[in-house]
Formats: sequence, structure tokens, C-alpha cells
Amino acid sequence: MADLINMPKLGFDMAEGTLMEWTKKVGDAVAEGDVIAMIETDKANVEVTSFKAGVIRQLLVKVGTAVPVNTPIAIIGAADELIDIAALGVKPAAPAATLEKAAAPAKAEPAPAAPAAVKAGPVTASPVARRMADELGIDLHQVAGSGPEGRIVKRDIEEYVKVHAQAPKVAAPPPIPTPSFAPPGEGYRAELLTPMRQTIARRMTESKQQAPHFYITMDVDMAAALDLRKQLNALLPETEPISVNDLLVKAAAIALKQFPNINASFAGNEVRIHDRINIGIAVSREVGLVTTVLQDADKKSLAQIAKESREIIARAREGRMRAEEMVGGTLNISNLGMYGVEDFIAIISPPQAAVLAIGAIQRVPVVDEAGQLAVGTRMKVTISADHRVTDGAEAARFLQAFKAALEQPMRLVL
Amino acid sequence: MARITYREAISQALREEMYRDERVFIMGEEVGVWGGTYAVTRGFLDEFGEKRVKDTPIAESVIAGAATGAAMAGLRPVAEIMTINFAFLALDQIVNHAAKLHYMFNGQIRVPVVFRTVGGGGRQLGATHSQTPDVIFAHFPGLKVVAPGTPADAKGILKSAIRDDDPVFFIEHATLYSVRGDVPEDEDFLVPIGVSDVKRQGKDVTLVSYSKMIQVTLEAADKLAEQGIEAEVIDLRSLRPLDTQPILESVRKTNRLVVVEEGWRSFGVGAEISSTVAEQAFDYLDAPIRRVAQVEVPLPYNRRLEQMALPQVDDVIRAAKDVLYLK
Repeated sequence: MADLINMPKLGFDMAEGTLMEWTKKVGDAVAEGDVIAMIETDKANVEVTSFKAGVIRQLLVKVGTAVPVNTPIAIIGAADELIDIAALGVKPAAPAATLEKAAAPAKAEPAPAAPAAVKAGPVTASPVARRMADELGIDLHQVAGSGPEGRIVKRDIEEYVKVHAQAPKVAAPPPIPTPSFAPPGEGYRAELLTPMRQTIARRMTESKQQAPHFYITMDVDMAAALDLRKQLNALLPETEPISVNDLLVKAAAIALKQFPNINASFAGNEVRIHDRINIGIAVSREVGLVTTVLQDADKKSLAQIAKESREIIARAREGRMRAEEMVGGTLNISNLGMYGVEDFIAIISPPQAAVLAIGAIQRVPVVDEAGQLAVGTRMKVTISADHRVTDGAEAARFLQAFKAALEQPMRLVL
Repeated sequence: MARITYREAISQALREEMYRDERVFIMGEEVGVWGGTYAVTRGFLDEFGEKRVKDTPIAESVIAGAATGAAMAGLRPVAEIMTINFAFLALDQIVNHAAKLHYMFNGQIRVPVVFRTVGGGGRQLGATHSQTPDVIFAHFPGLKVVAPGTPADAKGILKSAIRDDDPVFFIEHATLYSVRGDVPEDEDFLVPIGVSDVKRQGKDVTLVSYSKMIQVTLEAADKLAEQGIEAEVIDLRSLRPLDTQPILESVRKTNRLVVVEEGWRSFGVGAEISSTVAEQAFDYLDAPIRRVAQVEVPLPYNRRLEQMALPQVDDVIRAAKDVLYLK
């Protein structure tokens, strides 16, 4: 039985994705989990994997085309199977057909407004199209080219202007409010926001405006955890060490298991308590921040967490995250310890209920149980929590559980 | 305004100028007793006498050389080279002498000679008698090169050429002599050398041509109009000096250009104009420039093959649609 592979929805506010590259072609055999395409969202480049084994029978979307989420992009089936495309529910006028349609004669019909062809990399455009786009402030990447081999020509710009003058793009994000005060001094260099920066700006503004944050900071004694890590790493190959971050992920998963109300999202008139515990790890890239998601952290061993997070963090750094790594995070961890930051507070990534901000592990003077001054190993963790979902006492107890898992680290390997 | 042929228009220009200025005389092979290979000077021998209508030996270098000398000495010769193919024999006299004397003698000498000649194919005259090597002559600074495509332009430009103090190479077309058109009867009707003419206004595509091909191009423009495409047609009329301003203005309006010439594509008129537009109106182009030109073979004698090798109306239409991205 043939199946459709759809444009995945990666993140709750993703409306469309652009097909960047087909890594498989028609006729190629694929196994479950094979990467079949690269797509671009407004946050990252992502690999799309096949959810079943079979043979690629048809590719429904052209490279460079943006299609709404859940639009079929490919058909997968048996090699010799007769496929009734209509029965699969694929409409003949899929947005992928726009390019050919627009290439039709003279006064070509206006291309549909919604699926703008968003391209990446160099675009081919006629000189006059380039000049017009420049004068009108149009990003050529947003314009579908109807000329030979997708060349953007004058009529495409005219069409773009017409369509966008009539109906502003439905999915267009609300404008980011601009500060109204005067800039300090006259000299500055303006840099347009990248799509990623726009997303960060919009989502963080939304979070701070809508989610009432409160913050609790706690000190964690990391001596035992570091000791355990040392022992474990002595048993592991040198290339597969367990990192401090892996300990934190596991500890957070254990704490969330005890406090499911923190493993939740605010959704208007209800709070959704998630079945799975998926830890988002903030990864810094030159172009901006991305969060890669380690699924089911509560069900995985430390060694598994270490191995997986090494892979997904590497992919996030290289800008080729897979679909499942972009979505479904239930709690994010942001660690600035490597920069020597003692403590800080993070902004919640909607719709999550909380975020953990981790500072550096430091050698500090402490008063021990005997009342003596001693040298301790401490790390500060700050939770930012959404007061619509949880309260201070619950968040504090959650932090206690997190702290306990790290201070009695055998819990991490149980 | 009278509706006369291209042949009559040239004839009128010669006659009027010979009456106007007694220094004007004609010389060439068969221009007198026979009345001209294309019957342009029929009756001139009787009308103006042997002194002003001179038959010459079949020796093009003599015709061009003697005419150049006469011009240097103060006369205004109109020397007929029977076809442009034979002008190669006189190339040295034309491009090394007539074209350069004014410059090399520091302006002390003027060479007000007109070389009248006939180019083009389409009359089954074979590979050596059917060429369109206009650009060879247009290559040399010092020589003005004109090639009118209508009776009115033929008359007005020839009169300007005769009155011009520099050597002018005047290229007629073998298949235009019977083409009729409205021509002003005013004896001082002049068409300036070095000025292009917008023969048809349009907004969708710019078609540039000259000589016989302007007729082909105008016909193509008519057919394009039936399909709703408004072509602007520009007649160069002169290859040197080349007036590119109207072309640049037109391309800035239409964003697309087709150049139609009868000669071969390589190093041709289309190449020259394409370069100019790419240099000066690059940011206005919406499609690659197309050149319509003769197939690059010696022109066949066989009628069908000859027509296949020469640019046709359909070729112009196809090129215009190509630059409009139309099927």
C-alpha cells in the first residue's frame, strides 16, 4: 500500500517549509528512518526521514518550492505497485505545479498567493527583474521565477507586487514592535533581520508579554556528580564520554517524572500535561539560537543520552537537524556555564511551562555540616516558570528533585 | 508626396542633385549607354551628357580611385560599384584612401565622394554575388556607411550623402528596387546620415534592423500585432555613424531586444548593437538579446536553400516570442 510523506510540522508555529534538496530520487529504495529530503524552515535546515520502507515512487514538490505543512511531498510504495494518486488524496494542482503553470504563455494567470516559492542560495533573475526587486525592496528569494530554468523575469516581479498589494501573505508574522525612542547618536549600520532572528524576536517577545515568568534559583553541590562522571568515563571509550550536560538532562528528566505538572504547556483554557519527557537543549550557532530535542530522556540511560545528544548537537551546529529533533520539547535547558556565567535567567520558550538556566560549576567556600569552612563544588540553577501553569512552591520542589538527582547521582544511573 | 519605387527614388535624388550642383557627376560600369545594371540611371546620358555620365572599364579599383581623386580635386563624384561583392577589389581605394585622406593630411583635403553599390541576396545570383558584407565597410572610421530600406530614406539619404563633405558608402538592396513607398517631392528633402528611425511604435519588444530586413521586420511586426504583441521597430539606416540612442530608449521601455540583419551573425550588426545595449542598458534587460541573421554558409544558389539561409518573417516572429518568453 502506497503512502504519502508530508511536509512535517516542526514547531507549533510552522506554517510552511521549503524543499531544499531531494536526497533520494524516484525509484530509490528507502529503509525506515532514511533521510529522503532536506527542508528549510524559518529556524533551520532539517532532514526529513521516511517513516516506512519502500521505494520512492513520486516526488511531488520541486526543489526551491515552499509548501504548507502536512502537504504531501512524496509517494512511497512497493516497486511495482499500481498507485492511484487520486485515491491517496493528492490534488493535481499541488503548489509544486506553480512553476510550470507560471511558465505558460503571455499574460500568465496570477500564481496562487499562498505558496510563495521561497528559495535559498543564489537566484537567477533577469537584470531588469533584479533592478525592480532592488527598487521595490523585494527579496528575490521570495519570488517564483517563470522564465527558463526558473529565471525570475519582469512579469514575475509585477505579479508578486500585484498579489502582495492585494492580499498580504496570510502566514506573515505580526510586525515586531520597534522601540520608539531615538537611537543613541546618528551613526549606525542597519542589518536586516534574518528569518531566524525574526522568529526569535517574535517568539521571545510573545513569551515575555504573555507568560508571567517567575524565577527560583538554587545551589547544587556537584562534587558527587562530577565524581560519578569521572568513574563512568573511565569505563567508556574516550570518544564517547558523558558530559556534564548529559547529567543535567537526565536529572531534569527524573525531576519532571516526579512533577508532571512542570512537563506541561499552557493552552488557553487548559494545561496540557505531556506523556513524554523530551528535553530541549539550547545550541548556539553563528546565525542564532536553536533548540535540539532529545526525546524520551526519562527512558534512556546516561550512555544513550550522551551518544544521542552528541549527534543531535552536532547536527544542530551544522544546520541539518532532523524533523523529530526540532519539535516536541517539553522543557528546555540552557547552559552558559562554559562562559563562566555564575547564574542567569532564561526566557521560557512557548508553549513550555518552564526553562532551566544553568551556570558554571565553581569551587566556592562553603560551611559544611560540622560548621567548618570548606571548599565546595557548586552550580547555580535557575528555573523560569510560567505562573499560569505552576506556582512557586511546586517549582521549588521540582528544583529540589533536580538537585537531589545530581547530589545523589546514583539516581542518574538507576 | 508621391508613391514611387526605391529605384525611382534613387534616380530622383541623383537627378535633383545633378541639377542643383554641376560638380556632381556619375561614373561606373554600364551607367551611361546601358542606363545602369538596375536601370537607375536610364536616360541620364542623354540628359546630362558624356562629361557627367561616365562609363568606365570593368575595373573597380580604377572607379573608386578615380572618384576619390576627383573628389580631392573639388568635384562631387557618385561612383557606382555594380555590386558590393566587387567592392572588395576596390577595398584599398575605399578604406585606405577615401576614408583616411582627410585625417592623414590634417584636414587639408576633403573627399566628398559617394560610392553607390548594391548588396544582399535572394535573387539566385550564387555565393559570390549575393553577399551582405556591410559590416566590413562599417568597420573603418572615416567612412560613412548607409543602407536605406525604404524609397523615402533612399532618396533623402542619397541627397544627404552627395551634399556631405566626407566619403559615404551607400548600399542599396538588390530586391528593393521595385518596392514602392511615399516619397516627398521637395527638392530639399534630406534624411540625415547617422540618425536611426523608429518605423513603428510598440511597448512589448524592440526589433532593430535596416535595409531589406526592415521590410521583413515590419511584416513580422504586423503579424505579431495580430497576436496582441506590440513590437517597436527601429530602422538603423546608417551603420556608421551608428545612432544607438533610440535603441537604448526603446529597450529601457520594452526590456527586450531582437536584432535582424541579412548578413552573417558573427561579428555582425547584431553583435555590435547587443554589446552596446549590454553596456548601456543592462539593468533594463528582461531576456537575453536575440540575433536573427543569415545561416553561416556561402549563400546557396538553389532557390529553396537560398531562402532557408536568409532570415524570414517567421524567424523574426520566433525570436520576438523567445525574448517575450512565449511559446
